[in-house]
Amino acid sequence: MTRWSDRFPDNLRARRIKARIFRIGCSVLTWLSVALLAVLIYHVTRAGIGWLDWQFLNSFWSRRVTEAGIKAGLLGTLWLVSITAVLAIPIGVAAAVYLEEFGGRSRVNRFLDINISNLAGVPSIVYGLLGLALFVRWCQLGSSLLAGGMTLALLVLPVVIIASREAILAVPKSIRLAAFAIGATRWQTVRYHVLPAAAPGIMTGIILSLSRAIGEAAPIIIVGGATMIFFTPEGPMDEFTALPLQIYNWTTDPKQQFQELAAAGILVLLCVLLLMNASAVYIRNRAQKSRPW
Amino acid sequence: MRRSVRITVEILLASMVGLAGIDSAGAGEKVSGSIRIDGSSTVGPISAAVGEEFSKLNRDVKIAVAISGTGGGFKKFSAGETDISDASRPIKDAEAKKAKENGIEFIELPVAFDGISMVVNPANKFVDKLTVEELKKIWAPESKIKLWSEVRTGWPEKPIHLYGAGTDSGTFDYFTEAINGKAQACRADYTASEDDNVLVKGVSGDESALGFFGYAYYVENKDKLRIIPIDGGKGAIAPSDDSINDGTYSPLSRPIFIYVSKAAAERPEVAAFVRFYLEHAPTLVPEVGFVPLPAEVYKLARERFEKGVTGSVYLGKDTTGKKLEELYKGS
Repeated sequence: MTRWSDRFPDNLRARRIKARIFRIGCSVLTWLSVALLAVLIYHVTRAGIGWLDWQFLNSFWSRRVTEAGIKAGLLGTLWLVSITAVLAIPIGVAAAVYLEEFGGRSRVNRFLDINISNLAGVPSIVYGLLGLALFVRWCQLGSSLLAGGMTLALLVLPVVIIASREAILAVPKSIRLAAFAIGATRWQTVRYHVLPAAAPGIMTGIILSLSRAIGEAAPIIIVGGATMIFFTPEGPMDEFTALPLQIYNWTTDPKQQFQELAAAGILVLLCVLLLMNASAVYIRNRAQKSRPW
Repeated sequence: MRRSVRITVEILLASMVGLAGIDSAGAGEKVSGSIRIDGSSTVGPISAAVGEEFSKLNRDVKIAVAISGTGGGFKKFSAGETDISDASRPIKDAEAKKAKENGIEFIELPVAFDGISMVVNPANKFVDKLTVEELKKIWAPESKIKLWSEVRTGWPEKPIHLYGAGTDSGTFDYFTEAINGKAQACRADYTASEDDNVLVKGVSGDESALGFFGYAYYVENKDKLRIIPIDGGKGAIAPSDDSINDGTYSPLSRPIFIYVSKAAAERPEVAAFVRFYLEHAPTLVPEVGFVPLPAEVYKLARERFEKGVTGSVYLGKDTTGKKLEELYKGS
């Protein structure tokens, strides 16, 4: 009769309190990170909002704070992210499809697997050095948008592959089996069933990794992105600058007001990021609705 | 994704259309092409200010100014990757050799003066001046000085905290050479930063601080810092536009340069840019916080450029204490 109370001594109250403390602790830590973001945004907005106008968006670097703008950086970043997307998406998705659908579990594939995961952890500056040696010097592309975009594509590729693999993996096995059962080839299965079903996840992964790419300064500096530029890029072989470089440059200026300009630059960067993330959410929601299960 | 690419293209097209409306009227001769400038973070803003004005008149010239530091800039310059190299010190023997190996000839042109300013926190009232010997005592590689009283007897027994330019900067090279006699020779236990704003913040928030950095950063932060006059043997002198220009603020004022590749100088857009640079430096240089050279030196530099005189006047010669006019006259 006393068996249960022997095994569970009478401390239910204490255990409940512990559980409560744990729950409160977790929620405090969660809110802490949100609060940090809020503080950051508050400070940046307070310093930068006064400078944020059309003139700022539509002007080049200037020694005069009232005439300085972020046009070259903004367009440079848009060019860069487009080139990165064009290169990284097909290669990354193709690699993920191969590894998940065609690769099997051979020793070579496991070797590929481990290396891709490792690449995702390599610091971005190392990709910058690789880009400098490979694209800028060896391929003779110079410090061009193309070299910068290719470097960023290398940087995001592992993340695109991993995110795409996860999305493909999440497609239920039954979908594939059903396709095979009515005589579809593996290619048809992938093309008409697996990829459409995995698309929302893949796109989310792509946009998040591209968002990371536009915030990178280190590899762009190494590849030779300029800081002060007085023209808008017209093609992939043009010299360029990017938003993070402009922001960094203004923070090092002796004049206090340029540091407020840096805050305005950060706001522009945040807006671009927010737009990209919002479009990721939108695309995911829309694609999920049309999913058959 | 497709949508965002389309937006990109639309923005690009819009900006091109916008630019096409502005013609380059006002420019003397119409030039086009691109000019790649890289190097010192000190000289960069001067080159960029010139680039800003030049590209207003010459919309077809694409000017890009990058900042890799004086040493990093010369690395790219001597590999033929840039047209003009910004330098806050003269080119070094090894760098000149490297350029020669790669068949790069260069024209050395002084463009402005920079003064390295020695500063303390405004709460520090006892430091009236520092002699070069005292600076050497503080900053020498083997220095163990931890208290102000060890610098000069009579000063309080308070700790001294040092702040200075990072080891990759031309400012550091110049300072160590002028004070310790050898570039890069310096004690290592000080707060170093490539970003002079960090040093300004450090000194203005630390009552025990002694720091050095570029003159432009002192000028912008006069209210937070106290400048220390330096005695190089002829009485204590504080850096000012006049004392830097006439050379009396010695040994901590230095000329800063651009190096133009000879091959690039033959391109009309680069030649037009360099001429514009030397012509407008007297008005643009002070706007970004530096001291313009005497008019005579700009004239000599222009002659040097027009004649295409290559090489550096600093290599293989003792140039200490010589004025720029003497160095560049007849060269």
